[in-house]
Amino acid sequence: MNFRHKYMFLLPGLLVLLGILIFPIGFTVRLSLSSWDSFYPGLDFIGIENYIRLFTDDLRFWEAFGRLSLLSLTTVFLQYVIGFALALMVWKDIVFQRFFRVLFLIPMMTTPVVMTVIWRTFFHESLGPLNDFFNLFGMTPLWLSSELLAKFTVVLVEVWQWTPFMFLLLLAGLLSLPKEPFLAASIDGAGPIRTFVYVTFPLMAPISIGAIIIRLIEASKIMDTVYVLTSGGPGTATETSSFYIFIKGLREFQFGYSAALSLTYLIIMIISFTIIAKILVKLMVRGN
Amino acid sequence: MKKRTNISLLAMGAVLLAGTAQADKWSDMFPHIKNSGDIPGECSYASMSKKDYSGRKLTINTHAVPVMGEPTALHAEQFAKLTGAEVNVIHTPAGDLYSKAMVPFQTGQAPYDIVFGFSQWISDWKQYLEPVPAKYVNMKQMQDVTQSHIDVNSWDGTMYQFPIDGDRHYLKYRKDVIDNPEMQAKYKAETGKELRVPQTWKEYGEIATFFNGWDWDNDGELEYGSAEVMAKDNLMFAAFFSRSVAYAKNPRTPGGFFFDLETMEPLINGPGFVEALTDWVEATKYVPPGGINFTLGDETMSFGGGQTLFSYSWDDAFVAAMEDDSLIKNKVGAAPLPGAEKVWNRVTGEWDNEYNQAPYIVWGWTSAVAKKSKNHDVAFDYLCFFSNDANHQADIAIGRFGVNPFRKSDFDPDLYVKNQGWDAEIANEYSDTLLDMEEKSTNRVFPLRTPGVAQFTSAVATGTSKALAGQLSPQEALDEVAAEWTKIVKRIGADTIREAYAIGVALEDAE
Repeated sequence: MNFRHKYMFLLPGLLVLLGILIFPIGFTVRLSLSSWDSFYPGLDFIGIENYIRLFTDDLRFWEAFGRLSLLSLTTVFLQYVIGFALALMVWKDIVFQRFFRVLFLIPMMTTPVVMTVIWRTFFHESLGPLNDFFNLFGMTPLWLSSELLAKFTVVLVEVWQWTPFMFLLLLAGLLSLPKEPFLAASIDGAGPIRTFVYVTFPLMAPISIGAIIIRLIEASKIMDTVYVLTSGGPGTATETSSFYIFIKGLREFQFGYSAALSLTYLIIMIISFTIIAKILVKLMVRGN
Repeated sequence: MKKRTNISLLAMGAVLLAGTAQADKWSDMFPHIKNSGDIPGECSYASMSKKDYSGRKLTINTHAVPVMGEPTALHAEQFAKLTGAEVNVIHTPAGDLYSKAMVPFQTGQAPYDIVFGFSQWISDWKQYLEPVPAKYVNMKQMQDVTQSHIDVNSWDGTMYQFPIDGDRHYLKYRKDVIDNPEMQAKYKAETGKELRVPQTWKEYGEIATFFNGWDWDNDGELEYGSAEVMAKDNLMFAAFFSRSVAYAKNPRTPGGFFFDLETMEPLINGPGFVEALTDWVEATKYVPPGGINFTLGDETMSFGGGQTLFSYSWDDAFVAAMEDDSLIKNKVGAAPLPGAEKVWNRVTGEWDNEYNQAPYIVWGWTSAVAKKSKNHDVAFDYLCFFSNDANHQADIAIGRFGVNPFRKSDFDPDLYVKNQGWDAEIANEYSDTLLDMEEKSTNRVFPLRTPGVAQFTSAVATGTSKALAGQLSPQEALDEVAAEWTKIVKRIGADTIREAYAIGVALEDAE
């Protein structure tokens, strides 16, 4: 067989890869070295000027990044805890097991933007139904207008929407666990808590790490919830990196600069997730 | 012919006798124009029905439903029925309208034949737009457009945008409260002051505070002082400028409101603007709960639904309040924006302690045809049909449509009395308020129309929203905005910005 034939078989895949991955990244790199905006369209070359601006004169990006870290770590932690609890609940034989399994997945199957619009209406402080209820007790919580509560609301909506994803992965993991360790624990007289701490949780560690990393990657791109719910407000209280990049790129039309922001953000994310994955492995697997 | 004459006579009789609906075959087919019937003109229903655009396809990018999106879709459907054209309407959120048009503009594509947007984008958009052909510029329908709105849609004498809407910010108030002798007595007894339409922003704040958080119309619900566009989106900057003009537009200091035209130094962090932002931060105490998150839609629902005493910004809330199904129809009034008891003089560096008032001609929605479109004829006919006399009269009566007066004939109060059932006093007040701003004021402020305008307004939205949220003091917030503006001027070029800004300043200083 001619050795070159192998490459012929690889060619379609390589072309697709080139088209959907390499070209956009390459173009973004080139764009980040230009001043393309509403007034100067086109790929002129300004060197690393955009990067210098980002690292020396754009505190707002770094503040947004800090906020993103807080929001994504909080939401993913809550999703993991709640998702794990729900998965444990329907893992064993319970009444209406199939019904609950489907029920817990419903939020994930709804369209995020549509659901966020509904949540926004729900949380509307003076016209929404939630505060009608709180008004009965003389309270008017400012769900979207108080800095702290707005963050809480974003977290709540994200947790509601994406906990089912965590639930699905963890339930699949639980269903694939071997039975022998549980039988051994049972023979040794371990109760439910000991069994969970010393058997279930360690066995689930590799799956948990995968699920957490996948959700962290998704959560770090949080955009639609912020866009619809708070527009990054009040002030900049819920402005995240992706929303800030969206503002610079598509609202202010600073294409060149937003490309530099996107690439920097991408590199930071790759490094961060590598470190987080290593820490999780150390804590959850080796720490075992 | 005889039949048509009879219908016309019948229609005229109906208007004269009862001020109710006119009927003709077009209003039977298209109930939207039931009040006026078709009105003869170059782009009337009758004229359009003679065109045959079968096999032609028009794609329009417009705003989300309802504001501007709903009339776009409605008139597209009507236009398709009349001409046989296929019209595809795409709805886009306000914040994305600019970029959704600009991306294909800059990359030489033409996915949209028609784009809707804010008229202040003309400086960035004009090079990608097809100028309005002379036959439309010279037609009767266009001759009725006020000079202000001809200017709004033109650049250096060429009309690039097709006028479909007219906008200005003015004060809306609950007439049944402000003019109520019982309320006046109560206010006098408790504050020692007269209850009247506020003349200054300080007075606005005092009255709004007094009427905040209690059921003053006995409907079993709490009412509040004011509904304002405070949400951090692309429109709040306009609300802030409305509050700023009284303190910062000094008729004695020509040469720029936003920038010093000579030096291109931003004036946005001057004492006039800071005073306005301080008032605005104070206003967060008399808006409904969550009011700092109110978009234009929320403001319209809030004031139009009877939740607040005051509101200011575009016409939408007022028109919504005056619709037939409104609980507060004929209970609202219109007045010029409040003024201030002092105005900053940037030449002397001191306050001029005298009453000052300045209308903010905020402008608003506009439409245009893409230069790269292959359907210029169909596209301009659609826009002409959109704003024909019958459609225009029907559209301005529907608050959620976002279509507001911009024609000389719109300022005739009888139009609102006969077609929309407004009280004559309210119709007079409304027409006078709008006409005074449009034609008579000599201290108007026109919006910023420069390259990169989205960057300037975005910076204002970020800075002022930080102040409203309590993250920064008004001075700190506006210093941050000024610093950002300085950087934008440096990036785009002071001369480039000056050249464009000078056109707006010339309009202001010519008065």
